[in-house]
Amino acid sequence: MTTATASAATATPTGTKMTGAEMVIKAFADQGVAHIFGYPGGAVLPIYDALFLQDQIEHILVRHEQAAVHAAEGYARSSGKVGVVLVTSGPGATNAVTGLADALMDSIPIVCISGQVATHLIGNDAFQECDTVGITRPCTKHNYLVRDVNDLARVLHEAFYVAQNGRPGPVVVDIPKDVQFATGTYVGRENIQHKTYRPKLEAEDAQINAAVEMIASAKKPIFYTGGGVINSGPEASRLLRAFARETGVPVTSTLMGLGAFPASDPQWLGMLGMHGTYEANLAMHDCDVMVCIGARFDDRITGRLDAFAPHSKKIHIDIDPSSINKNVKVDLPIVGDVARVLGAMSRAWAAKGLSTDKAALTAWWAQIDRWRSRQCLAYRASDTIIKPQYAIERLYNAVKDKDVYITTEVGQHQMWAAQFCHFEEPNRWLTSGGLGTMGYGLPAAIGAQKAHPGALVVDIAGEASIQMNMQEMSTAMQFDLPVKVFILNNKYMGMVRQWQELLHGGRYSHSYSEALPDFVKLADAFGGVGIRCDKPADLDAAIQEMISVKRPVIFDCIVDQQENCFPMIPSGRAHNEMILGDMAVDLDEAITDEGKMLV
Amino acid sequence: MPEAQERIERHTLSVLVDNEPGVLARVIGLFSGRGYNIDSLTVSEVSAESHLSRITIVTTGTPMVIEQIRNQLDRLVPVHRVQDLTVEGHYLERELAMVKVRGTGEARSEALRLAEAFRARVIDATRESFVFEITGKSDKIDQFAHLMEPLGLVEVARTGVVAISRGPTAL
Repeated sequence: MTTATASAATATPTGTKMTGAEMVIKAFADQGVAHIFGYPGGAVLPIYDALFLQDQIEHILVRHEQAAVHAAEGYARSSGKVGVVLVTSGPGATNAVTGLADALMDSIPIVCISGQVATHLIGNDAFQECDTVGITRPCTKHNYLVRDVNDLARVLHEAFYVAQNGRPGPVVVDIPKDVQFATGTYVGRENIQHKTYRPKLEAEDAQINAAVEMIASAKKPIFYTGGGVINSGPEASRLLRAFARETGVPVTSTLMGLGAFPASDPQWLGMLGMHGTYEANLAMHDCDVMVCIGARFDDRITGRLDAFAPHSKKIHIDIDPSSINKNVKVDLPIVGDVARVLGAMSRAWAAKGLSTDKAALTAWWAQIDRWRSRQCLAYRASDTIIKPQYAIERLYNAVKDKDVYITTEVGQHQMWAAQFCHFEEPNRWLTSGGLGTMGYGLPAAIGAQKAHPGALVVDIAGEASIQMNMQEMSTAMQFDLPVKVFILNNKYMGMVRQWQELLHGGRYSHSYSEALPDFVKLADAFGGVGIRCDKPADLDAAIQEMISVKRPVIFDCIVDQQENCFPMIPSGRAHNEMILGDMAVDLDEAITDEGKMLV
Repeated sequence: MPEAQERIERHTLSVLVDNEPGVLARVIGLFSGRGYNIDSLTVSEVSAESHLSRITIVTTGTPMVIEQIRNQLDRLVPVHRVQDLTVEGHYLERELAMVKVRGTGEARSEALRLAEAFRARVIDATRESFVFEITGKSDKIDQFAHLMEPLGLVEVARTGVVAISRGPTAL
């Protein structure tokens, strides 16, 4: 290998001479990239040629560029590494846009290399030309068009740095074809320092001291955690657990933060927000000190803003200053990395010998237990028809003791998965939170399976979502990635149907899944295994069969068509106005006209 | 929401950026994408050897929105520094305008007298027109242009606001 490199590239005192295409591969190797997800085309052929001539980096050929980005997201989210994507110009880049927007919203570190037409053709409407940096500017953390091969190595290393430092996000590097062919000087990552980008990681002592004093004085505190805890790394989850235990404060989390705090812990309240638990949302509403840790007060979390936690003092820990005071004005903003801030807070707590008000916390927990006793996730079981909640409960029960990663598509099944899977560890739950991208789950599962070859990876899907990136079954087959697609098939775009029932008088406009494929035959056609189950009594055995098969599986789980996902905070309502499944309310009246305007 | 939160304020921001392709598009895209206002925007390279450009933006919004604008700008990768001059206090604001006025007789003399009062310079003249160059705060230019209207104002070209803090410190 060394001799091959030496013959292709000549060492000079200042750096190594090589082509732009070789630089891309060399930079990947220097950055520790082992897998990339991509799709070839005219404008990236030199890079594909360089890929062909090496065996250090494995390329996973997807069937659509959107899936390449989602697969890289699943890879990144489950492993903590940067996900890498390689696409061609024009449609290759535009197809990747949804994935890039998804990664931006959920703060997933991605480096996406796109081919571009040769520099002399840029702006001439050349074949497969598009303004990739223009199109991706608002849906990336940063992007580059490289016009000189001698800038390429620096830009590539900067891209990896920007993608994973500070609040992570996607970075696009657009490389014209002539730059890929041109020869220039390669510089290693150790010689590159970004000119300006230095995210603030450490908080000031004064803020840390003020924060711990506020927590110590609280009567009804709550930790509201989010994806930032997971992005900060495993140490952040460990510190969160330790600090929660030390203080005795109840913990809830957004959809993106599930797993950072163990669901089996007695201090766990479940997820909060639109489809969060009764106890989590009411505790948020009634708390007097809220510590928001790596979350961003998204509208799915806050409900009606002017009624959001009205009696609380709020501390907000976030690495991104622009997340602070965006939707909700907070009393104590702390800009910094979650792990470092939590570490500093734990040390300050111990150094000052602080403790929480035991009597007040006992009363607070008694109140929370009364809310818990409401059993907000209860549903009417059936022995003739599979309830979707039952399906996920049985699925989770069967996989929970295994090395398992769960991805989802978007919709009712996603919310039920969030409610009924009880994650103990971070990085095990991969879902599209911010953008809400149907078609995320299967490619994300492929990415996660590539990062964890021995693990069990299950995509909890709906029959509508799965059809958005169904073609990736072929990728799973080609690369021997035995992902399991568990479809809750209710023959509706369930969440759309639910909203039409709630808001549009039950007029189910275009939300019925007409002309569905036979998913069992479809699995067969791809060379995978299809399983269908429509009886509660058969479910456990069928799930066991799915787990035991070492090939990609599509599990067509036929479930109740009418089931709605509860609890639910109707849009435009406050946390304490949530609807529970067994409430006999006129749902149309639960939502105000103003609420109907909201998404 | 308390009233103070809803009050619309006018702020002048100075932004130091790398002079690289697309940096202005990033800034403008941020404003249009997030629905912020731009009352005035100027940009020019200020240091050729370090490839730095300085952008001066005059914007309006509630205090919460202004804080967001500052933080969103600061988060752009090629942005070195953002300074809210309005918050930081003592600063100077200037704008340059060229004002073309057409007329003869008394109107023409009156235009010239007013220009003198406003310390505007004549930078082009024909028998029936003047182009005045005027520098000052935006409201001075507004006022000058308004006074020229009945005297034969033809058109105005303005640079937009540039601003700098008073005292010895830099952005």
